[in-house]
Amino acid sequence: MTDNQPEMPGLGRGMMAVAKRDLFLAWKRPGDVLNPLFFFAMVATLFPLAVGPSAEQLEFSGPGVLWVAALLAMLLSLNSLFVSDFEDGSLEQMLVSPVPLAALSLGKTIAHWLTSGLPLVIVAPILGMTFRMPASVMGVLMLTLLLGTISLSLLGSIGAALTVGLHRGTALLSLLILPLAMPLLIFGARTVSLAAAGDVVAGGLYFLAAYAVLIVSLAPFAIAAALRISNE
Amino acid sequence: MTAKLTADSLTLFRGERCLFENLSFALNPGELLLLEGCNGSGKTSLIRAIAGLIELESGEIYWDEQPVRRQRQVFNNELVWMAHRVGFKADLSLVENLRFESALRRDSRHDLDDILTRLNINRLKRLPVRSLSAGQQRRVALARMLMSAATLWMMDEPVTNLDREGRSLVMTLVSEHLARGGMVIMAAHQDIQIDFPVHTIQLQ
Repeated sequence: MTDNQPEMPGLGRGMMAVAKRDLFLAWKRPGDVLNPLFFFAMVATLFPLAVGPSAEQLEFSGPGVLWVAALLAMLLSLNSLFVSDFEDGSLEQMLVSPVPLAALSLGKTIAHWLTSGLPLVIVAPILGMTFRMPASVMGVLMLTLLLGTISLSLLGSIGAALTVGLHRGTALLSLLILPLAMPLLIFGARTVSLAAAGDVVAGGLYFLAAYAVLIVSLAPFAIAAALRISNE
Repeated sequence: MTAKLTADSLTLFRGERCLFENLSFALNPGELLLLEGCNGSGKTSLIRAIAGLIELESGEIYWDEQPVRRQRQVFNNELVWMAHRVGFKADLSLVENLRFESALRRDSRHDLDDILTRLNINRLKRLPVRSLSAGQQRRVALARMLMSAATLWMMDEPVTNLDREGRSLVMTLVSEHLARGGMVIMAAHQDIQIDFPVHTIQLQ
């Protein structure tokens, strides 16, 4: 590379611009963002009504139900992640941008997590109350969901990027990412159960953290490659 | 091989059909390459392939005598793309859209207001892009080109949806860009008035 090379737009600047734009768009259309959160809240409040008021049963099933509801809520929000960009052509503009596509994809995923993952983490304690979850367990629940939703956002983005060119890729998207999301569900729900039983939870949290680190470092490149294929 | 942009025996298949085979061209600063052909002849595929949006079957594109696929970012930094789909967010105003875009590519540091006045869309700048007509949206896409400092303009059917005055505006902007030492690749099937020298590729 020679010195007279014209300067390129910054990596971080491009990533933040995409994240900011998507957050701004979400702000303008709050309905799309609130959908997954609403779904999460509905499942978690209807379930106790269906199984009955037995405290023992609720305490037993709480972690599993909350985790399944969170996983499905995340899936629900993933479908539309790249669709509008694909349809209005802004995805193409990102593909021909000198900012690496992996950085731009990470920016999109950050915005997606902030609008769909983080709200779930924040309302989780309130929903935990309907399952008679003690305050000490709620901290663990929030922590597992925090790590889990980060992984799910990135994992799901890979699936969304692969299926963006297909119409009604919903079923395919779920099929693609559910097997990879299983460990998150198993370790996430189990860790919360262990916390409720007063056991050591560090192992499960370490696993979720390791999974998140792995996926944060690898997923952006997979998303970028998938978007290039989908846009051909 | 001394030209700025060179294509060497490009071949592209779509399904079973061969769109073009062993296509070569060279383009220098100040030159316009016009891709002509009827509907479905592969103009858009060719221009997308040059932009790197479609994988070529065989052949190589060189920028500054280096293969483009080895220096994708350098090439992308020199290129601005205008396609059928304008690539703006319908919910955002055109200023918000263009602000965002300026983070994606090298900025020409021209004043945005001057550009919008020139394109006759200054009075629309607070409206969401959704409420603009198709022709007005094409004008916003032109604003994107003027805002970037890229050398190579790639335009797929730039005059679609534009009125007579808009069409002549496109040609004026193109000739100004060429006079600055820029390069333009344009796919067009309509008869457009061009009064400067061009390279033409006719696709069957």
